[in-house]
Amino acid sequence: MLELRKDIFADERDDNLKEIGKPTQRQDMLGHVTATSVYFNDHKLQGMLHLKVLRSPHSHARIRRIDLSEAERSPGVRRIIRGADVPHNLNTLLSLINFGKDDEPTLAVDKVRYKGEPIVAVVADSQREAFEALAKIRVDYEPLPTVFDVEEALKPGAPVINETYPKNTFTYHDIYDHQKIRFGDVERGFAAADHILEQRYQMSPIEHAPTETNGSIAAPDTNGRYVVYTSTQALFFSLDTCAKILDVPSNKLHFIGGTVGGGFGGKVDTVTEPLSILGAMLTGRPVRYMIGREEEMLYCAPRGAERIFIKDGIARDGRILARQFRCLFDSGAYTRLSSYAAVKCAAHLPGPYTIPNVYAEVYCIFTNRVPATAMRGFGVTAVDFAIECQMDKLADLVGMDPMEFRLVNAYRDGDMKAHRREAKNTALIECVQVAAEKAKWRIRDDFKRMSSLKEAGGQRPTAPPPVREPILVNRSAGQQRTVYDRPAPPPPEPIRPPPPAPPPLAQPAPAPSHGAIRFSSVFGGRRR
Amino acid sequence: MAKTPLQFRHNGREVAIFVDGGMSLLSALRDEIGDHSPKFGCGQGGCGACTVLIDGEPVLSCITLAETVAGKSIETADGLKTGPELHPLQAAFMDNFAAQCGYCTPGMLMAAKALFDHNPDPSRVEVIEAISGNICRCTGYESIINAVLAAARRTERRA
Repeated sequence: MLELRKDIFADERDDNLKEIGKPTQRQDMLGHVTATSVYFNDHKLQGMLHLKVLRSPHSHARIRRIDLSEAERSPGVRRIIRGADVPHNLNTLLSLINFGKDDEPTLAVDKVRYKGEPIVAVVADSQREAFEALAKIRVDYEPLPTVFDVEEALKPGAPVINETYPKNTFTYHDIYDHQKIRFGDVERGFAAADHILEQRYQMSPIEHAPTETNGSIAAPDTNGRYVVYTSTQALFFSLDTCAKILDVPSNKLHFIGGTVGGGFGGKVDTVTEPLSILGAMLTGRPVRYMIGREEEMLYCAPRGAERIFIKDGIARDGRILARQFRCLFDSGAYTRLSSYAAVKCAAHLPGPYTIPNVYAEVYCIFTNRVPATAMRGFGVTAVDFAIECQMDKLADLVGMDPMEFRLVNAYRDGDMKAHRREAKNTALIECVQVAAEKAKWRIRDDFKRMSSLKEAGGQRPTAPPPVREPILVNRSAGQQRTVYDRPAPPPPEPIRPPPPAPPPLAQPAPAPSHGAIRFSSVFGGRRR
Repeated sequence: MAKTPLQFRHNGREVAIFVDGGMSLLSALRDEIGDHSPKFGCGQGGCGACTVLIDGEPVLSCITLAETVAGKSIETADGLKTGPELHPLQAAFMDNFAAQCGYCTPGMLMAAKALFDHNPDPSRVEVIEAISGNICRCTGYESIINAVLAAARRTERRA
C-alpha cells in the first residue's frame, strides 16, 4: 500500500476531495474572457527581431551547396544561421531519458529527409525582410529516392532514410527492430478456432491544428541567461532539450509559459525554442520565431499514420482463442516520440480482453513523411479503433450481440494478461453494462449479472448460446468482408444522357446573418 | 517603405497611427496600438480568432487592410467591459466554462456581441450561425453556445 505523507502539505490542502458535481472555476478564466491572458506572442520586447527558416522543397535529397551571398546582403538581415552554428546539431527528444539515439538536426546539413525540413534560419528586423532574404538563398539539391509507405520502407533494398537507423526501424534495447509480445501459442489457437478473421486497418496522420501556432520569443538576460517566452506544452522538457542542443547549463535558461493556445500533443517537440535562443545569442537581441499557419499544417509534426493487421481465431460460443497483431507506426523521417508510441501500443495489446494466445509485433518505421509526434492517447488511439472495429466484426461473425460479445471476452480480476501480469481493478464489464443501460441497448439478464470480480462473475466459457445461428461458411483467411465493411462497389451503370437542367429559380435576396457572411466572405465575393 | 497616416476610433477612443502599405488591421491593432486582444490564428481568414467589429459588423481583422478603416469605429474584446463589471457575455462565458485554452475566446466574444447588438434574443440556431466563422479547436462549442444563450437571458432579466 502506498503511503501518503499527508502531514507535509496538511495546511495547504483540504483533505475533503469530493469535488464531483460542484463547479470549480479555472484559475485562468478571468484572463480568457477579458482577453488579457498573455500568450507567448503577446510579449513585445524592445528591439525584437524576427526569425524564419528556409524549408526543403524535397522529401529526400542531398544538399550539395548552400549559397547565402545574396541573402546576406538583403535589407534588414541581422544574421543567417546554418547547421554549423548550432552547438549540438543532433538530438532526439527522448535522449533526456536515455531512450533512442540522436537522429535529428536542428538545421539540416548534408541531407534533407522530409519536405519542409529546416535548412537555414534568417534573423531580420521584420518578418517581411526575413521572408525576402529566404527567397534569395540558393540551395543545390540532389534528389534521392523516397519512401512514403511503412511496408515499402521495410522491404530489402528500400532507400535508407535516416542513417542513424539504417534498417528504417527504431532500435529497441540496442538489438530489437520492434516491440514484441509472445503469450501462449497463437497457431494452436487458430487451429482450434471455428472462425478466423484477418483484417487490415489504417489511420492517416492527424494534424493537431492548434489555434495558436507553435512559437517562442527569446531574449538575453543578466549573467549570460536567456529568458524564453514559449507556447510549449512541456516547459521543463523543452528547457532541457534546448540546454542540450545549445550546449549550455540548464540554469542559463529561464522558460516562461503555461498559457498555451491549444496543444493536443503538438507542442512538445521543441521546434522553435532552440533557434530563437540561438538567434538571441548570436545577435544579442530578443528574437521571435513563430510558425506560420501553413508551416504548422504542412511541416509540423502530426499524429503519425498507423497500419494495423489483426488476425483473430474465435470459437463458435464467442470466445476469442487467439489474436495476432502486426502494427506499423509511421514515424516520418525522425524518431521524435513515435518510439514511445510503439511501446505504449504494445503495452495496450490485446485490448481489455482476456485472450489465451497473443502474438504481436509493433514497429516504429522511418519514411520520408513529416516526423510524427504525440497526440491525445497516441500509440493507443488507432489500435483501439482497429480492435473495436474487429470486435464488432467478430460479434457479427458468430451471430452475437456486440455488447454481449465484449462481456464474454472482457478481462476480469485475476485473469492473466498477455504481458504476464495479473489483471487487477478491472471494470470493463461494469462499464459495458452501464453503457448499455444508458444507451437503452438491451442485453440479456445473464449478461446484466456478470461482474469483473473474480468470485462473482461466473465462468467465462459457459457463455450462453448465440442468438442466431453462426455463419458457418468456411472463409478464407485474408481480407474478409462482414456486414460492417463497406459493400463492394456496384457495377458501373450504363451512361445515360443527363436530364435537362431545371429552369433557374428566382432566389430571394439573402438576409444578413453575421457568421455566415463573414465565413462565406472568405471564399465568396461578399467580404466587407 | 512609405507610411500612411490613419485615424479611427478604437473602443470609443480616437487613435491615429502610421501604417505600412499592405498592413492588416490585426497588425495595426496588435503592433501599432498595442491591443493584444485580437489573436493571430491563421492570417488567412479561416479561424476567426482575430474577429473585431467595424461599425458594429464582425470582420476578420487579419484579412482586412488597415487603411480601409479610416474614420470608422473598431471594437475589440479589450473594450467589452469599461469598468470593474464584466460584460454579460464575459460573465456568461465564465459561468458556463466556455473557454479552455482561451485563444479563440476574444473572437468568439466579438462574434457573439455582433449578434447581440442586432438581436438581443437569439435562437440557438442563430447563435450557432453567428459563431460559425470561429474555430474552437478544444471543441468547446456546446458550452460556448450555452454561454451566449445564457447571456441573452441574463440581459433580459436586467432590462
